[in-house]
This record gives sequence, structure tokens and C-alpha cells, in this order.
Amino acid sequence: MEKILEITNLTKKYFSKKALKNVNLSLDKGRILGLMGPNGSGKTSLLKIIAGLQHSNSGEVLVCGKKIGTETKKLVSFLPDKNVLYPYMKAIDAINFFQNYYDDFDVNKAFELLDFMKLDKDEKVSSMSKGMIEKLNLSLTFSRNAKLFVLDEPLGGVDPVAREKIISTIIKTYNEDSSIIISTHLVNDVESIFDDVCFIDKGEIVLCGSAEQLRSEKNCSIDKLYIETFQNN
Amino acid sequence: MDFDKNVPIYMQIMFEIKRRISTGQLNPGGKLPSVRDLAEEIKVNPNTIVRAYQELEREGVTETRRGMGTFIVDSDKNSILQMKNSIGKTFVQEFIKKMHEVGVTDAEIINLVKESIGEK
Repeated sequence: MEKILEITNLTKKYFSKKALKNVNLSLDKGRILGLMGPNGSGKTSLLKIIAGLQHSNSGEVLVCGKKIGTETKKLVSFLPDKNVLYPYMKAIDAINFFQNYYDDFDVNKAFELLDFMKLDKDEKVSSMSKGMIEKLNLSLTFSRNAKLFVLDEPLGGVDPVAREKIISTIIKTYNEDSSIIISTHLVNDVESIFDDVCFIDKGEIVLCGSAEQLRSEKNCSIDKLYIETFQNN
Repeated sequence: MDFDKNVPIYMQIMFEIKRRISTGQLNPGGKLPSVRDLAEEIKVNPNTIVRAYQELEREGVTETRRGMGTFIVDSDKNSILQMKNSIGKTFVQEFIKKMHEVGVTDAEIINLVKESIGEK
């Protein structure tokens, strides 16, 4: 099967602090991967490296066989864990901004998603709630025809109804030609949409595998497995 | 559909489809929802639905017609009865296990079941 992402022996240091130690990870085409770990375990560092926003110290990261750089940025659609839209922007301004910026941006899809999320295109970011901003950012991220969607905490700080909408959007957007990586703490809410799960702790991958296989092997949910893995930290 | 996340989800989808067939909610020869529609409806990964449909096909419950979708095999009443029995058996085994756990003997179970059905 075609690999969308291949990471070998990746290490990332912030001065003397090791954020990622010897990470190996690969993701097949058409899979949804859940990246889980406590705060400060290295999730965001890993995702930012995949998105090409941070440099690694050693190791190799390939997206569709290409080394991280300008070319892979065209293939990866990244949703950061913090809002990056300017407060003065209206939703429509943000859409125009993205359209200018990315060749693969699909305006029709953006409007469709905006509608699905029940967002008003003329509302300013500054007057939106946290959940609305999250939904707007997610709509923009998913409006690109990317090969790899990287979502950093798409469910943090949103109410359960918005969460359902976000999960529906992820399932709607899924297609066999692209892959999705989602980092989260809210294991229970999203575990049913993962093909593969990966637990990361103190910069190291401690467990990685197919979600359904883990469920039948360990006779427990991914949520329980997560608690068992990390409760002694 | 609520899932018990301790059990593989594809197995629960298979079970649910079989249950619907045996209660007549789904008819033999009828079409199952498309993978994408069902995935959106019950909020699970489309690949999980694909897996469930594949396993159902392997068991001979459904068949895939190229370009048309997945259909329930138009089987005779006998095999639906069989399906119903196998689902019933699963439930009864679970029930008996639970009863044993609270210390009810086999004879008492039979009496209790008779009583409860009689009362209805």
C-alpha cells in the first residue's frame, strides 16, 4: 500500500530538552490515525515537523515520498492548536485569504462546510466564540484538496454538539486517497473514527497499532488502554 | 447506535445488521446503506464499515454487486431463523453467565424465566 507519511529515527531538541526521541511512524493511504499522549509528550512538535513549520534535529520525514519542504507543504493541510486567523477578518475574508494562499483550496467546499457548521460568512473572528473559531479553522483546513490532513487538538474547548459536527466533518471529508492525523486528549469521543492509534509519551512512541486489533487483543477500549498506559506518569 | 468500545466496532456493526435482518427491519434482497452514508450516520470510520461488510459477505449474509452496492442475500426463511437463533443463543449465554455470577442455579433460572414469561 502507498505510504502517505514515513518517519524514521526522528529526533527534535529544544536546546538541551529532547522533545522527540527516535520516532518511527508510517501511515498508509486512506487511514485515520489518532495521536494521543499527555500534555508535553511531543504531539504538537511532531505535527509541526510534519507540517513543515519546525525543523527536526535528525532523522527523516517523508510525505508521499518527498522530504519536508515547499513541495510537501502543498500536500499537507495543517490545523494548528491555536487560532491563526486575524481577529479583524470576517469568515469570508479568511476564505479569500486561504484561496490566495493555497492552490488546492476549494472555495465551494469552504462555503459548503461553513453552511454545515452554521457559521455566518460575514461574522468577524473577533466576535466568534472559541467553538466557532475552531469550526471555522477546521472548515478552512478541510477545504483544501490535500493528501494529508494534520489536525492538532481539533476538539479542545468545544461543546459536545460542536464536537459531533467536527467528527461528522472529519468522516465526510475522508476519502481513500488522503490520510488524516488527529491529536487529542478526548480519546473516548473520537476513538470510533480511528483506523490506527499511536500513544506518545515523553517524546517516544510507546504503543502503535490498529484500533480494532488493539480492542480485540486487550479486550478494552482505546480510552481504557490510554488510561492504563499513562496513569503511572 | 451506541457502541461498546471494549469490543471491536466492526463486530458490533455486523451484529446490528444481523439483528435487523432477523427482526425484519432489513429485508432479504434489500440494499444496505452505502459505506459513506452509514459511516456518517453512526459516526465511525468508513474503513470500519468496509470491514464489517466484508466479514458479512464472507459469512454469506450479504453480497456485493459491482457498482451497485451491498445487498442482503435473498436467503430462505431457514437461514434467517438460524440467524435469529444464533443471536438469541448469544444473549441467553450472557444472561446465564450473569445469573451464575449472582449465585442463581440453573434450576432457579428456568423457574424464573418461566415465571417471568407467564406473568406477561
